[in-house]
Parts: sequence; C-alpha cells; structure tokens
Amino acid sequence: MFKGMLKATVFATTMALATGAFYTPAFAEVVYNRGNSADPESLDPHKTSTVYEAHILRDLFEGLVMQDKDANLIPGAAESWTVSDDGTVYTFKLRKGGVWSDGSPVTADDFVYAFRRLEDPATGAEYASMLYVVKNGEAVNTGKAKPEELGVKAVDPETFEVTLNSPTPYFLEMLTHQSSYPVNKAAIEKLGADWIKPGNLVSNGAYTLAEFVPNDHIKLVKNPKFHDAGNVKIDTVNYIPTEDRSTAIKRFEAGELDSNDDIPTEQMADLKTKFGDQLRIGPYLGTYYYSIKTDKAPWDNVELRNAISMAIDRDFIAEKVWQNSMLPGYSMVPPGIEGYSSAMAKFADMSQIDREDEAKKVLEKLGYTPEKPLKMEIRYNTSENHKNTAVAIQEQLKPLGVEVTLLNTDTKTHYSFLEQKGDYDVARAGWIADYKDPETFLGISRKASGNNYSNFNNPKFEELMDKAAAAGGNPEERMKDLSEAERVLIDDVGQIPLLYYSYKNLVSPKLHGFDENVMDIHPTRFISKD
Amino acid sequence: MLLYVLRRLLTAIPTLFVIVTLAFFLIRVAPGGPFNQERGLSPEIKANLEAQFGLNDPLWLQYAHYLNNLLHGNFGPSYNLPDFTVGELFAKGLPISIQLGASALILALILGTLLGTVAALNQNKWGDYSVIALATAGSTIPTFVIAPIIQLVFGLSWKLLPIGGWGDGALLNKIGPVLTLALPQIAIVARLMRGSMIESLRSHHIRTARALGLSDWSVVVRHALRGAVLPIISFTGPAAAALLTGSIIVETIFAIPGIGRYFVDAALNRDYTLVMGTVVVIALFTIVFNLIVDIMYAVVDPRVRYD
Repeated sequence: MFKGMLKATVFATTMALATGAFYTPAFAEVVYNRGNSADPESLDPHKTSTVYEAHILRDLFEGLVMQDKDANLIPGAAESWTVSDDGTVYTFKLRKGGVWSDGSPVTADDFVYAFRRLEDPATGAEYASMLYVVKNGEAVNTGKAKPEELGVKAVDPETFEVTLNSPTPYFLEMLTHQSSYPVNKAAIEKLGADWIKPGNLVSNGAYTLAEFVPNDHIKLVKNPKFHDAGNVKIDTVNYIPTEDRSTAIKRFEAGELDSNDDIPTEQMADLKTKFGDQLRIGPYLGTYYYSIKTDKAPWDNVELRNAISMAIDRDFIAEKVWQNSMLPGYSMVPPGIEGYSSAMAKFADMSQIDREDEAKKVLEKLGYTPEKPLKMEIRYNTSENHKNTAVAIQEQLKPLGVEVTLLNTDTKTHYSFLEQKGDYDVARAGWIADYKDPETFLGISRKASGNNYSNFNNPKFEELMDKAAAAGGNPEERMKDLSEAERVLIDDVGQIPLLYYSYKNLVSPKLHGFDENVMDIHPTRFISKD
Repeated sequence: MLLYVLRRLLTAIPTLFVIVTLAFFLIRVAPGGPFNQERGLSPEIKANLEAQFGLNDPLWLQYAHYLNNLLHGNFGPSYNLPDFTVGELFAKGLPISIQLGASALILALILGTLLGTVAALNQNKWGDYSVIALATAGSTIPTFVIAPIIQLVFGLSWKLLPIGGWGDGALLNKIGPVLTLALPQIAIVARLMRGSMIESLRSHHIRTARALGLSDWSVVVRHALRGAVLPIISFTGPAAAALLTGSIIVETIFAIPGIGRYFVDAALNRDYTLVMGTVVVIALFTIVFNLIVDIMYAVVDPRVRYD
C-alpha cells in the first residue's frame, strides 16, 4: 500500500516536472488581477446601482445588447432587433443556441421574467426607473399595476417584444445598463436569496462566479458555454476592491494588480513621472456641479447666480485642486456624446480676469461689496477634494464681496438633506452617465426630478425637453431640441457646472484591449494579457 | 469561583440589552438612511426598498423585531451588502480579525513584558533608555504611518512581503498587518511592565527574597514578575477585545477582509443592522475578556478570591 503510494507520488512528481519543462505560456491559465475601487453592493443585476458593480456584472451577464471595448453598442443575447415605424415597439431576436452557464437555453421568457422582476415593487430595485419608459413600467413599480401588465412579451422562445410609452431613441443605450440584464428564473425560484452565492449563481455572460470574499476578492472564471468563449483570452479575473488608493498604487507597482480604476489624485504629478503611459487619463461622461437654490432669495436672481458662476476660476480648481484629473466644465452635458453639442456658459470664451470684472460689476450693482458682503453657504459631502474645491471657491469669491461659509457633512447626511429640500444656498453634487445620451444629464434638472436639488423650474426648459421627447423618431432634431434645452438651463443658471470628470486608469503594459472610452467601460472578454 | 463566573455572565445579559437598545436608537438619530446616495431615488422606489427591509414599520416594531431576531441568533440582512446577512459577513471576517489580533496580542505580550523587564532591571542605564525611546516611538507613531512604511520597505524595496491582500491566509500576507497592530501594543506593555516591575522590585517581599540569598533569576522571575504582571493582565482585557475585533486602519491599508472596517463603514452607510452587529460583537468581546481578566487575577494573585 505504502509502496504504491510512493510510486504514485514519484510518478506524479515526474509528470509534473516533465509537463513543467514543456510548459508554454499558451497552456498557462491567464489570470487578470483587476483593481476595482469598491466592492459591489450586490451582484443581483436588479439590486445594483454603482459603476463598480457594472464592471463585474458586465462580465457575468449578457443583456439584449452589450458594449464593445470602445463602448459602442453591439448585439448581446439578442442577435438582431427591429423597431416599429412609430418607434414604440422593439422586437428582439434572441441568439440561437444562447445558453445559461447551467446549459439551459436563454429564452424570451427569461427576459420577460427579468424585466418584470426589476419593476416589481417587492424586488426593491434602485434602478427600476430605467424601465419607466416601458409601457406600465412606472405603474407596476409604484404598485398601480400588476407585473404581468408590463409591456413585455415572449412572442416565441426566441422572440422578445417590448412596448414603450413613446418613442425613446436612447432605449437601446439604456439596455446596456446592468439593470436590464436577464436573471435565471429557475435558480431564483429554487434558491431564493441564496441564488446569488458562488456555486449557485447561474449567469449567461463570458464569466461565471467562483468566489466572493467581501473586501478581499471576487473571482470569476471563464464560462465555456458563452457563445463567444473561443475569443475570450482571460481565464480568471479577480476583482480586487482597492478602497485605499495609495495601497492600490503600491500593489500595482509590485505587480499584485494588473490594472486599477482610480488613483490618489493628490499624487498625480509623481504618478505621471513614475508610470508614464501606464497612467491613462481622459474624458469620462460625468459632471461635477454645484446646485444653487433657484427659488430662494437672493439666489432667485439670475444675474446674481450668473455672476457667482462666472467668478469661479475653474481652470485653477481643475489644475491645482484636482491636479488635472478633472477638466474645467461649462455645461451640464460633458462633451463626448456623438451628435450632440453641449451648450456652454456664455462667459466660457472670456478670460478669467474679464469674468471677475464683470461679476464684480453685477455684485456691486446689487449692493454687495467686500465691506458689505453677500453671505453664501456651500454644503459638501466629506472628501478632501470636495473640501479643497469649496475652499478655493471661498477664496475666489471673497474679493468680489461674497462671504462664503462651508458646511461639511458625511455623504448620507448630505444627500438626505438635499433630497428633503433642506434650507441651503449652494450644495455640491455630481452626475455620472448611466447611458450615452444627453437625457441622463438634463433630466436631473426637470422640475419633477428627485435630483433637482436647485428646485429649477423653467417652463421653457420643460417645454423643450418635452419637445425633444416627442421628436424621438428624428434623432437629429431631438439632439437639437436637447441642446436648446441645455442652452436655457445654462443661461438661466439652473445649476453651476464646474468640472467634467476624467477616467483615471492604471494599466499594465501586459494588458491589451483595455481601450479608453468616455464611458470608462472595459469588458474583460475583450482584454488579453501577455 | 464557578458561581462567580455564572453570576458575571448573568449580569452581562442586562448590560448587553442596554447597549443594544442604546445603539439601536442612537444610529437612527443620525440624519439620512441606508438609501440616501449621490443619485437620488424617487420616493416610490425608496419606499419599495424600505418596505423590503421592514424600515417602513414604526420604530418600536422594528426594535421588537430586531430583539426577537437577535435572540434567535439572527443579526438580519445587511442593507448595503444585500447579498450577505450580517451573520455571514462576520462568519467570513471575524476569524480573520481574530487571527491577526491574537497574533499581535501574543507578540506584544511576550516582547513587551521582556522589554519592560529588561528596562526595569537596567533602570536609568542604556538598556532602559533604549526601551523607553522605543516605547515612546511605538506609541506616538500612528499606525497609518507605520503601515505604509512597512509596505514600502518590505514590499516595494526588498520585495519580501506582499503589499496587501489576505492571500487566503498566507503567512507572508499576515506579517505586515500583525507587526503594525503589535508595535503600539508592545510599547504600551513595555512601559506598563517597566513601571510595575520597578515598583515590585522595591517591595518588601522582594527585599526579603534577596536577603534570603535567592539568585537574581529566581527573585525576578518567580517573585517580582508575579506581582508586576497584574497591570498587564488588566490591560490585556480591553486590549484583546479591541485587537480581536479588528482595526479599520490596518485592515484598510493592508486590504484585509476583517470586520474592523465594518464598524465605521456601516455607521457611515447607515447600514443599521451591520452597525448593531458590530456593536453586539464588540460588547460581547469586552464583557468576556473583562471576565477572563478577573479570573486571571485570582489565579495569579493569591490575595484575590471570588466567592
């Protein structure tokens, strides 16, 4: 017995050594250690809300449509689709032979189930509003209609039909969002809340979930049943939460991480010299802005709002506070959306000195001088850079006769105060695009939006937004309407845009296919590693 | 003795009850809730979310539910990490925090006692001064400075240790965090030990022992140490409770998946159930370790008896 074991061991060792000798990289398991600034809140597509989750879910699941490495729309679980002439009915032909990781086919019923689940109030989906454009979407989610009444239908197992309230040209873009991914009905019904656990989770994307240790790593392994598995180069991707940015940099430098999606911006200059072109920075669809209470005296005066906005030296803030990890912003919709031209603040062309002179004149006219200053409070949520931004603005406005006080609260307190329409003057906010369309940035200033922290209410703006929605069938006209709406919003200083976000990735030269785009999307299935 | 232990355990129940009650209502006083975030939710969607977690019930009912669940050993779901229950998060994180904390504590007790004794025996000489200098440095340099230095020196320059991560519990991954956790504790133990040892060496029974002609070794180890170690024991109780339940700084910097960071993160995220869970765990650890300290007292010091 013992002898037999010894023999087996010797044999196994020899074999291992022998294979080792002939090992070529082509056979080695390719592991990609991917730094992700935070752990996901949930891997349930219907319960997610953050971009950190989006990165992971994009690898695990495949929606009707997906994005390629340049964030362009590509067919996903649906092979093709047609849109009715009036733009309200979308018919998706599902991919033939598309299967879940357990081998069962992905059917139109799965999408019916998933869409209903997202809207079902019992699910408690944060992103349920994504499908409010679907017929009865809002009614179902607010309990006024049954989930069965949602405008979705399985015509046959391979044909999925969605009926919308009105033509919505950005509907396909919206479907790239993780909240519209399918979930496996059988698994959820059998396992309940445990369906999301490693070993249980059935997914239909390029990867399946192998391990999830909170605050440590999420291990995904290649799904051999994925329709494009032949082109998937990375065998294992470990998503590693890198909450501490400084540690993340060191781990990247030591080779423990192949990429990280954020950097400590205060070290920008050093990082640039140290990492050269491994540090990739570029425009990202996000706006950093201040909400100013437009319905509260004295801020209800457009001239005053404009003077304040004009006097803020955005170049200084972008360069000195954010070390160029943000760009000066003059519009709510950041540049980078095809077919759309952002409406910039009129003073964007003036020099900073002219802007300050002009602002001073207005403030003097309104009776504010350094001796008799206007009092203004800026609220911001805890962050070193939010604080420094507010302090810079405080200093910039002082000589013009504006006495700024700062009020810092933690994030939850900050947003609950804004949401409850608390009594404030100016408050810091930010918006990252859910999908590539101006609507996502302009919608937050509509009078009925819960995110309209400035209580902006301009009939002209509302009218143009409605007009744009009605022009759904005509993309060019719609973009023009939206741009005009933004013009109203900016001229009326409904919000004070300050900066555009940038993506900030550290990418090892070993990685290929980690291509830059304004959505900062990098599906692992298109990435390879030397 | 057994009766004493039982009595202490029984009094722990009302203590825990008061702590749980206070914590439950205090965290609710903080403005905002688990579902306030950068992206505002419509009132309807927020209501759906709150209904899912029973947050729309009156507060007293939520409290009653919570107590009932707690009695059944159920800490409830985490609001911000809905894929896990609070119990599951602890089951994964607590053993990791305990491993690091216990290693650091043992290291601190051994090294600290040794250094403190050396200092006491060499009072006002070089040996003493170097220990004092080390102890002062150890207790004044904050962990958030020590940790990155360890990462830079041992990780990046000498490539001996990984920068961070748990690495499924690999020994090398534990060295940095344990050292960082232990250094300030070594300093405290050394200083405590030095003080109490000096005092102990001056006491009457030590003078008697010396007069009887016992060897230095015997005087110090068998007689002086016994009395000198009492302050260390009382220090160890709360220190163990704090170390074993994890450190947010060390766990964040070294990317360790323990429970130390839950305490702060959960409070900031208004993850009520997770906050309550950490409060209960820390309270339990504190109660248990204080009890152990009291028992140890009786073991070490023959003058102390519990009836």
